[in-house]
Amino acid sequence: MKWHVLRPLWVAIGLIGAILIARVFLVPDDFGVHGRNFTYGFHRLSNVQEWKDFPVKYQGREACVECHEENVHMLDASTHATVECENCHGPGVDHPDGVESLPLDTTRDLCLRCHAFLEYPNSARGDLLSIEDRRHRRRSECIKCHNPHDPKEDMR
Amino acid sequence: MTCSRRAFLKDAVGGTLASVLPLSAFTFISSAEAKAAIAESKVRWAFLVDTTKCVGCGLCVKACKNENEIPYDAEVTRTWVERYVITKDGKAHIDSPMGGRDGFTSMEIDGEEIEPDNIDKAFFVPKLCNQCDNPACVQVCPVGATYQTNDGVVLVDRDWCIGCGYCIMACPYGVRFFHPVHKVADKCNFCYHRISKGMEPACVECCSFGARRLANLKDPDDPVTKIITTERVAVLKDEYGTKPHVFYLGLDANVR
Repeated sequence: MKWHVLRPLWVAIGLIGAILIARVFLVPDDFGVHGRNFTYGFHRLSNVQEWKDFPVKYQGREACVECHEENVHMLDASTHATVECENCHGPGVDHPDGVESLPLDTTRDLCLRCHAFLEYPNSARGDLLSIEDRRHRRRSECIKCHNPHDPKEDMR
Repeated sequence: MTCSRRAFLKDAVGGTLASVLPLSAFTFISSAEAKAAIAESKVRWAFLVDTTKCVGCGLCVKACKNENEIPYDAEVTRTWVERYVITKDGKAHIDSPMGGRDGFTSMEIDGEEIEPDNIDKAFFVPKLCNQCDNPACVQVCPVGATYQTNDGVVLVDRDWCIGCGYCIMACPYGVRFFHPVHKVADKCNFCYHRISKGMEPACVECCSFGARRLANLKDPDDPVTKIITTERVAVLKDEYGTKPHVFYLGLDANVR
């Protein structure tokens, strides 16, 4: 075969070789088929651990009860027992060591999420005690009269 | 140009060798190795949404955004709550302002006030990633940045994603979005960092009404698995063949 035909062939082989060598350095060792098959499991294995190490923000009331026993027990006994502490107090990450006080949300808007009256038949929303926002003490914060830890308690 | 049979065969063999040799640089795994890589997991995460219990408070969306560091005021979210109001004329009014992050506190939908007398039914539907068994988003990823773990969750490798957006287009459920800070594709992963530590996903923990629950389908004693296997559950967009693993109780035909 003539040289002018062979020459591009060597160039092509050289290129493939260069790409393969570069690949050894660029692709992490744990990159490959892990899991079911190539279609669904082609990835960098250590990324699974990276996601597992993602920081947890919401600690749950088991963490709250360690110091705020009284409040948690009061809440547990109330009609608000199913409401998580962190829904109103904010995520407890780094508290109390890093973040001294959590960003407590005392706004009317927070209460209205569940307690604004929506006239929806066959919806669980209708079963909740609710107010018409426009008619019920428009400008005051709910917590002035209602104790969120024990809503049945009369604070007036 | 003349070419003898001998020369032709010689060149053919040589050419084949030259093109095949570089292939030897690739690794071929044996079937035993492949089996070891698959390593049957004792966990298959799934999710149960009880639409009859959801009241549209949106605390799950708020918790999800805080937990997973999704910019709070950006119009992207890993999970969201849709409101459906079906009026007497059969029309479905659907909205989800900011993904339902601030809850639903007024009767107004898209600037339209709907008379209570005109409503046939109204309900809320939380949505999140379906962690499909045949995830379309994973199939289309050109770089292997998104994948399915052994326990069924689909993850995105933030270091590997090139942000091409193919997966965002491929997901039939519209679950994926472009993360405005990391500039990569992002999606719900059932709070993988929490469930792998034995905790509940943030949205499940913050739901006061039990509308969201996590299940391990491979554990027959899991109470949520029992509901999924024994009660009448539905999935979204079954016709796509993605085999979604978020199951819905009380799913209405108007929900898409």
